[in-house]
Amino acid sequence: MKAIVAVKRVIDYNVKVRVKADNSDVDLANTKMSINPFCEIAVEEAVRLKEAGTVSEIVVVSVGPKAVQEQMRYAMALGADRGIQVETAAAPSSLDVARLLAKINEEENADLFILGKQAIDSDNNQTGQMLAALLDIPQATFASEVKIADGKAEVTREVDGGLVTLEMDLPAVVTTDLRLNEPRFAALPKIMQAKRKPLAVKTVEELGVTLSNSTELLSVEPPAERQAGIKVGSVDELLDKLRNDAQVL
Amino acid sequence: MEYEVMEFDVLIVGAGPAGLSAACRIKQLNEELSVCVVEKGSEVGAHILSGAVVDPKALNELFPEWKEQGAPLVTEAKTDEIVLLKSETKSVTIPNFAAPKTMHNHGCYIASVGNLARWLAERAEELGVEVFPGFPAAEVLYNEEGGVKGVLTGAMGVGENGEEKDTYVPGMALEAKFTLFSEGCRGHLGKALINKFDLAAGKDPQHYGLGIKELWDIEPERHQEGLVIHGSGWPLSDGTSGGFFLYHAENNQVVVGLIVDLNYSNPWVSPFDEFQRLKHHPKLAQYLEGGKRVSYGARAIAKGGFNCLPEMSFDGGLLIGCDAGTLNFSRIKGVHTAMKSGMLAAESLVEAIAAGNVKAESFNDQYKNSWLYDELYSSRNFGPALHKFGPILGGAFNTLDQNIFGGRIPVTLHDTHADHEQLRKAGECTKIEYPKPDGKLSFDKLSSVFISNTAHEEDQPCHLQLLDDGLPTSVNIPEYAEPAQRYCPAGVYEVLEDEGEPRLQINGANCLHCKTCDIKDPLQNIRWVTPEGAGGPNYPNM
Repeated sequence: MKAIVAVKRVIDYNVKVRVKADNSDVDLANTKMSINPFCEIAVEEAVRLKEAGTVSEIVVVSVGPKAVQEQMRYAMALGADRGIQVETAAAPSSLDVARLLAKINEEENADLFILGKQAIDSDNNQTGQMLAALLDIPQATFASEVKIADGKAEVTREVDGGLVTLEMDLPAVVTTDLRLNEPRFAALPKIMQAKRKPLAVKTVEELGVTLSNSTELLSVEPPAERQAGIKVGSVDELLDKLRNDAQVL
Repeated sequence: MEYEVMEFDVLIVGAGPAGLSAACRIKQLNEELSVCVVEKGSEVGAHILSGAVVDPKALNELFPEWKEQGAPLVTEAKTDEIVLLKSETKSVTIPNFAAPKTMHNHGCYIASVGNLARWLAERAEELGVEVFPGFPAAEVLYNEEGGVKGVLTGAMGVGENGEEKDTYVPGMALEAKFTLFSEGCRGHLGKALINKFDLAAGKDPQHYGLGIKELWDIEPERHQEGLVIHGSGWPLSDGTSGGFFLYHAENNQVVVGLIVDLNYSNPWVSPFDEFQRLKHHPKLAQYLEGGKRVSYGARAIAKGGFNCLPEMSFDGGLLIGCDAGTLNFSRIKGVHTAMKSGMLAAESLVEAIAAGNVKAESFNDQYKNSWLYDELYSSRNFGPALHKFGPILGGAFNTLDQNIFGGRIPVTLHDTHADHEQLRKAGECTKIEYPKPDGKLSFDKLSSVFISNTAHEEDQPCHLQLLDDGLPTSVNIPEYAEPAQRYCPAGVYEVLEDEGEPRLQINGANCLHCKTCDIKDPLQNIRWVTPEGAGGPNYPNM
């Protein structure tokens, strides 16, 4: 069984996000970039399925400039077997990524697609769903448990106020939630081995896809700065302030 | 315990200017040699913090085409200004002829050394060096003859009480014919090696400063690209010495920082708060007002120079860069000297490997014949003069020595008191009341640490170890009012009360890896060790 895992290079979750002075975008110059945490969980899940003998090959796919190879190598150090990079200048929209993944699948014919539920930079939560629609196959989003047997996937989903368990035929798309697993650390020898694993680079033209560029980033605003608080001397003063200054009582 | 072993020809601990220059030089001299660099930061550059005005001297030798290759040295230092702050509002500018000429920066570049390291790592990888960020070297491994045979990397996935978590991965033994230690100032393995091989025998004790730095976006009309300002004086007082810097880099950014010498004696001194109030001086505020602080960080500096430089070569390895202490304090520059020490180490160990020797025998001769030696020798009196005679007379001595004698004044001054021995009892000293931060020019510690992007796995053993758990309560708190809570620039150390009894709380997750606690604790009771890999600050452009 072949699994395709898509990964995105994003600003590291430990880094405080800064907006460029002209509000045109987030400033990424010389900031630490990492694999999107949900994508890392997707890689880990695929590797666990491979270790369990369910999956036989893991293909990691990423879309973006050459730098995304760093995250693809990381996925290979965790256990992915080979990589396909689709070279683009910037990260395209969710729809374009889904179309590129669908196109790649024409050659790959994967049985399982594992994607992060969303990327922590754009927070779109769309690519997995769009891919399932384009391929016209079942999907289970926000997975917290995945079991695969007899050509079917049983997926537990995290929904508001509880869990939903779905059974679906393969091929299918699964998107990962935070509690699906805790990814392993990449060991040093595995990082070295990963450098020698095959990584194919394809252009959008080679794949015959025309990017729709259906969305355009107009501006980015940082959240309003929190005003400093004040200390009150007594409960009465607090009540007075809540009533008269804040007018919430 | 048995560890999985990986072997290389050369292993380098720390991906800073010294280690990466050594790595590149080795590959330039012999591409057949396998070279591995391990780095505790989450990426190359993540833990690097420096002023910095960089002299490209060593880079010119290592990569003569560095401009074409896009090295991140773009802003030339155009104007030098040296000021003495006389009070909260007053200052005087020192005319150029009256300042030591080592303070002149013509031909140097205002740069982010973190970005320089990122660039050097790319060059190293192109040359075939294996660079592994996120892997701290936790212990030195020795062979049966007592020489260094490599390092043990830190284990991952160890819980607070030492238990193995689900994600546990044991450390690995990385072995090499030669191991270069380039951890930066007060590296914890460097410290162990200096003790083990008695490398500092006959030398003065090392002297340190704590550098605290911020990166600011300022209003374009206040920005003068290439302006380099150095100064001293206010707000430091009461025998506490140090100096500040403010450099106008590209993109309307300035870097501003204060270096406080760690030989200060008043335990009430808080370098962080001194720096915060410094920024309110009109000399600095004129640039910063209306600006926005982008990043914050801190790092100790080994500034003892020539008289404190230990023997750098030993069986199976070398100590290079600030791990040994090659910084030239008279120029407040350590990058070109660190790089040069790495390149010299590379040259001597490539010879040694070819000859089958276990020690880089030619290193000391190569060092003595290099400009690095000349530079460090001629500035040997700079720090001791300031310590002995104070900033005014010491400064005059240095101007005379550097400008008239070219650093060859026929006398060598020594400063033989280790920094941690200088601290006086809290009761004998004047308590310092620092003003509250205004949230515009000055800030508190926690909001500062926040923009250093510091992160550590919370569930891991504390990497700041007390050799004797009882000393904070029995000595540090009653006698010194626990100076750690003030010298630590990250709020790691707090004194809390349990049922009226004060106790020391250590918040290891805040740690910026500056090493000041390891240096300044009056009883030398704090040992800094490496936390789980990738932990620590994530400095951008620092």
